[in-house]
Amino acid sequence: MKSKRPLKVLIAKAGLDGHERGALVVAMGLRDAGLEVAYTGIRNTPEQIVASAIQENVDAIGLSSLSGGHMAQFRRVMEVLKQEKVKGILVFAGGVIPDEDVKKLQKLGIKAVFGPGSSIASILAFLRKHLKQGATAASWR
Amino acid sequence: MTEPREEPGQFPFTRGIHPTMYRGKLWTMRQYAGFGTAPETNQRYKYLLAHGQTGLSMAFDLPTQIGYDSDDPLALGEVGRVGVAISSLADMERVFEGIPLDQVSTSMTINATAPILLALYLVVAKQQGVPWSKITGTVQNDILKEYSARGTYIFPPTPSLRLVADIVEFCAKEVPGWNTISVGGYHMREAGCTAAQEIAFTLADGIAYVQTCIERGLAVDSFAPRIAFFFNCHGNFFEEVAKFRAARRLWAHIMREKFGAKNERSMMLRFHAQTAGSTLTAQQPDNNIVRTTLEALAAVLGGTQSLHTNAKDEASVLPTEESALLALRTQQIIAHESGVTTEPDPLGGSYYVESLTDRLEQQARDQLHKIDNLGGILKAIESGYVRQEIYRAASEHQQAVESKEEIIVGVNDYVCDQPLKVKTQQIDPRLEPRRRRELAALRKKRNAGNVKKRLATLEKAANSSENLMPVIVDCVRSNVTLGEICRVLRSVFGEHRASRSV
Repeated sequence: MKSKRPLKVLIAKAGLDGHERGALVVAMGLRDAGLEVAYTGIRNTPEQIVASAIQENVDAIGLSSLSGGHMAQFRRVMEVLKQEKVKGILVFAGGVIPDEDVKKLQKLGIKAVFGPGSSIASILAFLRKHLKQGATAASWR
Repeated sequence: MTEPREEPGQFPFTRGIHPTMYRGKLWTMRQYAGFGTAPETNQRYKYLLAHGQTGLSMAFDLPTQIGYDSDDPLALGEVGRVGVAISSLADMERVFEGIPLDQVSTSMTINATAPILLALYLVVAKQQGVPWSKITGTVQNDILKEYSARGTYIFPPTPSLRLVADIVEFCAKEVPGWNTISVGGYHMREAGCTAAQEIAFTLADGIAYVQTCIERGLAVDSFAPRIAFFFNCHGNFFEEVAKFRAARRLWAHIMREKFGAKNERSMMLRFHAQTAGSTLTAQQPDNNIVRTTLEALAAVLGGTQSLHTNAKDEASVLPTEESALLALRTQQIIAHESGVTTEPDPLGGSYYVESLTDRLEQQARDQLHKIDNLGGILKAIESGYVRQEIYRAASEHQQAVESKEEIIVGVNDYVCDQPLKVKTQQIDPRLEPRRRRELAALRKKRNAGNVKKRLATLEKAANSSENLMPVIVDCVRSNVTLGEICRVLRSVFGEHRASRSV
């Protein structure tokens, strides 16, 4: 059963990329909308991101990358989630990500990719839609 | 206030640092470039030089900026992405093959690893037979803004400031034509701060560097003329022109009154400007040509010494050769066809521009007082104050865009139904494996005993207070890699931890 606590999201920076503006603006926007938000800070390995997600007991992970390293980094995050047998966390992404890669990322299980100019409102709508379907009452809890 | 009779080229240089400005000499057209491997970057530089660019500006990939060789596991997926990958002397030799270093000036966007990249450049110059007295260029070497916004720090602030001062001290003696610090506001503005905050945070960082070098025992006029600045040129046209004027005036007063500079060159705020990447949109990318033109014009009317104009596709991808050329042409048209270069500070005396200049100067002064009250910029950075200010402004901007209080053409109004096209960056997937092979070969071929000895000397020097530049020059000359040097320095200095606060 879903608890009544607010939805919790981890905003994560993977790889060596230092661009934080998008990640932080999204984090602040989601928090202002009433969600609980944790932020990894920059420069995390995929393993560190998954460990944070487990520790923080989150409903969703938002991955951010603007340096072009997204395919290698995000793929590895999805692999580690599988290895750790974590199920039911919704994963989405944002940053500068080419169209061709968006399709590849979706195949890996990343539900949506928000490109430059995306609104906080659209991210919120996405989270509400997917997290309300009850598919995400993280089963490993 | 601008004194009614203040002339361009006179203290406090509100109206520009030269009496005749662009009538005497145009600004340097300096397009930031670098990607993939050393040979690809070498080819792009030769292309830009052949089309009339007058200075090089080197972009490095993230592993190079953060002190990892291309074959380090932490470099996975990042090699050659946002700039060229440089791990060893062989890479640097290849980048500048056929480019005589006494005939170009080279600006390197490099901070935490600046001592290593500068050492590599110096060794390449020696190999070309060019004496260090004949080379000119810049290392960004501005570590403080990395903690606030840009993110390529390695070590904690205190040892990082020591490395900054090592470069300043070394160059004052050995490489007199080198600009030793380019104090940057660009990235803090990109991260979201306001124009007044950009002036204040930048000058506060500049004050910290001057203070550090004075504490090292250097006379202010011996190094201050080689400190330059790097500003953003954002979308609000008149505010940007006024920002450059206000920054020049404020810095001149700080240098004279706070630090007792006597040489006017120490008081002159020389700067490079780049149009604002954060104003570019992935939607309707041709609109970016217009944005960049307006921003570039503001930088020129504000009296910049050099300029980078962004390419129209940079919201989504590294520029193509074609879009990079169009960006350079934009500057050439402003320089040669618009007529704005005939008079220094052509907007000086305009009521609006003068009052905006005064207002921005006052707001920046107020912000500087606040930073003083917090115990100085180092404390303000360490406590998270600067980050909070920057990202709060960014969040306010986002809210204004979502509520349409601010209109961004093609994004929240005048939208077309065309799908967003973000192209793939053409980075060869074989690049990382090839780099790993190259580095493995290098490590096998070089004199291992020599490398070990150099690294031991480096460790000892890092633990003392001696200037590390000569030691690092010896290291890179012996084919010690960037990653190996940084591993030693990490073990001595420790690492700075990222902020996780929202």
